[in-house]
Amino acid sequence: MIRSELVASVAQANPHLSHKDVERVVATVFDSIIDALAEGGRVELRGFGAFSTRARDARTGRNPRTGEAVPVEAKRVPYFKAGKELREKLNAEDE
Amino acid sequence: MAAHTLTRADLSDAVHREIGLSRADSAQLVEQVLDEICSALTKGQNVKISSFGTFMLRDKGRRIGRNPKTGKEVPIEPRRVLTFRPSQLMRDRINAAG
Repeated sequence: MIRSELVASVAQANPHLSHKDVERVVATVFDSIIDALAEGGRVELRGFGAFSTRARDARTGRNPRTGEAVPVEAKRVPYFKAGKELREKLNAEDE
Repeated sequence: MAAHTLTRADLSDAVHREIGLSRADSAQLVEQVLDEICSALTKGQNVKISSFGTFMLRDKGRRIGRNPKTGKEVPIEPRRVLTFRPSQLMRDRINAAG
């Protein structure tokens, strides 16, 4: 499923809303999650999962083509952990 | 860092403020967005949200694990796990604020 298909199915369930509005709803949800993480916070959606960030130390990387050493700065990377309910659902059908 | 934890309530509040829908409608829409993602994943579909990231399913084979407390070997059955791969835009925005 891609973003436009997600918008389409939510729009279908809400005939009283314009397609444009549903697009804005979907954008607001994802943008809010990114904003919260960018501010150093976390996002907890029970039953779905939690988004957080993890710190990565600075390290010396290497240009794979030239083999040259390049410094990689310390950074934060987004991390998602699926909620228990979702994890169980993923494995439920084939049992 | 004001590390506030964002929840469903904050998401529906954002929808209410940004789009001007009622609080009830906003809450319901947030729930529907999450439900649609869950149901696609449950059906075995990956979910790719451009400029956000990809929720990717991976099938893991059976392997022998160990109970760390007792040291006893226990089989870990094949299972499906969910990983999230953030988009480059999300990675950049998280580090731009730093």
